[in-house]
Amino acid sequence: MSIQSLTYLFVGISFGLYVFIAIKSRAGSTNEFYIAGKGVHPIANGMATAADWMSAASFISMAGLISFMGRDGAVYLMGWTGGYVLLALLLAPYLRKFGQYTVPDFIGTRYYSTTARVVAVICLIIVSFTYVAGQMRGVGIVFSRFLEVEIELGVIIGMGIVFFYAVLGGMKGITYTQVAQYCVLIFAYLVPAIFISILITGNPIPQFGFGDRLIDQDIYLLEKLDLIMSDIGFQPYTSGLKETIDVFCITAALMLGTAGLPHVIVRFFTVPDVASARRSAGYALIFIAILYTTAPAVSSFARYNLFESTHNVSYQQAPEWFKNWEDIGLIAWRDKNNDGLIQYAPGNAFDPVKPKYLDSNGEFGERIIVNNSQVSSNNEVYIDRDIMVLANPEIAELPPWVIALVAAGALAAALSTAAGLLLVISASVSHDLIKKTLATNISEKKELFYARFSVFIAVIIAGLFGIYPPGFVAQVVAFAFGLAAATLFPALLLGIFTKSINKEGAVSGMLAGLIFTLGYIVYFKFLNPEMNSSLNWLWGISPEGIGTIGMLINIFVSIMVSKFTSKIPYEIEELIDNIRQP
Amino acid sequence: MSNRSKNIDRYWKKNIQIVSILLLIWFLASFGFGIIFANNLDEISFFGFKLGFWFAQQGSILIFVAIIFVYIGLMKNLDHQFNKDRDD
Repeated sequence: MSIQSLTYLFVGISFGLYVFIAIKSRAGSTNEFYIAGKGVHPIANGMATAADWMSAASFISMAGLISFMGRDGAVYLMGWTGGYVLLALLLAPYLRKFGQYTVPDFIGTRYYSTTARVVAVICLIIVSFTYVAGQMRGVGIVFSRFLEVEIELGVIIGMGIVFFYAVLGGMKGITYTQVAQYCVLIFAYLVPAIFISILITGNPIPQFGFGDRLIDQDIYLLEKLDLIMSDIGFQPYTSGLKETIDVFCITAALMLGTAGLPHVIVRFFTVPDVASARRSAGYALIFIAILYTTAPAVSSFARYNLFESTHNVSYQQAPEWFKNWEDIGLIAWRDKNNDGLIQYAPGNAFDPVKPKYLDSNGEFGERIIVNNSQVSSNNEVYIDRDIMVLANPEIAELPPWVIALVAAGALAAALSTAAGLLLVISASVSHDLIKKTLATNISEKKELFYARFSVFIAVIIAGLFGIYPPGFVAQVVAFAFGLAAATLFPALLLGIFTKSINKEGAVSGMLAGLIFTLGYIVYFKFLNPEMNSSLNWLWGISPEGIGTIGMLINIFVSIMVSKFTSKIPYEIEELIDNIRQP
Repeated sequence: MSNRSKNIDRYWKKNIQIVSILLLIWFLASFGFGIIFANNLDEISFFGFKLGFWFAQQGSILIFVAIIFVYIGLMKNLDHQFNKDRDD
């Protein structure tokens, strides 16, 4: 069977499975719709959390990014796992004890204020929508490369599936489809990684193969990679380029943001008790760590394979995948030195960076692009980071079914995260805005209707993001973390661990964190992108890492404002005492 | 202070103590070994990895998992003690 028909088969089977599970687990009440009736087993919840968490960005983009960043890529690895320690130790057990439906629910109740609730809803919606837009791009890439349908149609199919099981099953339906999606995505991630590890090092465990000797040479893979990189003039793979303070702040922002992401936190509301909330955080991190310890191995294998198979190779003899991805528009090559060979070098090959193709071919058959050559660099190749995982099986010449499996896995990762995000968005609208703020006397049945209706609206908006991606989507996803770190995380943390922070403190803290972080990002990324370099940054901290400072500002403002305003009411002190007990 | 609130107080203090120690380890494994001291640790070779690089890309994640499970275990005991004292 061809790659394409195998892909149709795998994707078809996996989609059928998700729909089947959705029909089996319909939600009948708001309790089931928002938090799956608090009946989810910790292991199932761990898997669902892992699928919820590992998005198109983790599955498709992360290994590719690390592959090009080398050592600095560790910010993603530590940042996107370390946050679970904070979640497990500082938030999950207490929020589960509180036992309500949403994150703004806790903030609104703990700070006895509708304003605090609404500010939390605004933060939640900004964070979640920037995140969901990234998922849709992932769905679009997979559909257009592997199923050769238009991106628009691909997004509509994906949205249709998510819509079906999110509207029907709510949290309950999503939880059990996410369990299935975790199994699909982790299998799809590990199989090619194991194959490639065996091919390169002879070691079947990628985590060890990564540190092993090459199969045909008596040298460690990482040593060899460092040598290859230094030869071409790159930074050695195992040493970093970024300033230590920036690495520190980006890692911290990603960790704190992870712990403040509403679609992750809400998963801990679905288990029966406090002890289960702790356990499911542990299981979730195990399931996540399986992928996250494999990813850096995949990155180094991919970098090695990429250079071995295409550097100093003539374009005509370049492997098939190179041309396939060039056709999709994610690779471009211009023979700057007229030797007919593909050559990599540090720096961007073209200006602007992303290629714009003409409808004609050059002397070797390559697609001609209109971009100027970047004169300061000898690099001849544009290669989109996102293709490293998707193309890896092709680069390593693995059998077609492995390639088809990766497509199904990438879709599972994108859809599971999209569903989780859409659900928290809709729950915060139907529960926090409608039920708790605007129309407090509606019946449960009516609220359930609004919940389903908001999923519908959220799916449409997310679909539009996928079909008409705003140019800034890819960059903005990383900022969702900074914003979560600067707004929701401190409000939750202070709400549990202090009794002194009152509603004035929390609201002004969240707003200060939001405005500072958003302002810094918008200033450097959108208003003055030419100034976006370490010379102009505050203490050398990039916009990706600024959420860490935003969090400190939030905490400082919360404490200072609370000092000069009234004490929290007695009932709230009792509430805090209550959530602190198991 | 009543016995009940003494019990709650003791539970909370002990909880803070456990969390503080575990977060210190969390900080050392990631920010310490993986970032601040990574270049110094890179002098040491560890199963084909430079040690700082290994902490940054593998070790820290494994330690995170271990921290959560130690926490689960310690809190299980503490919860048990708390419930016993409350029922006495």
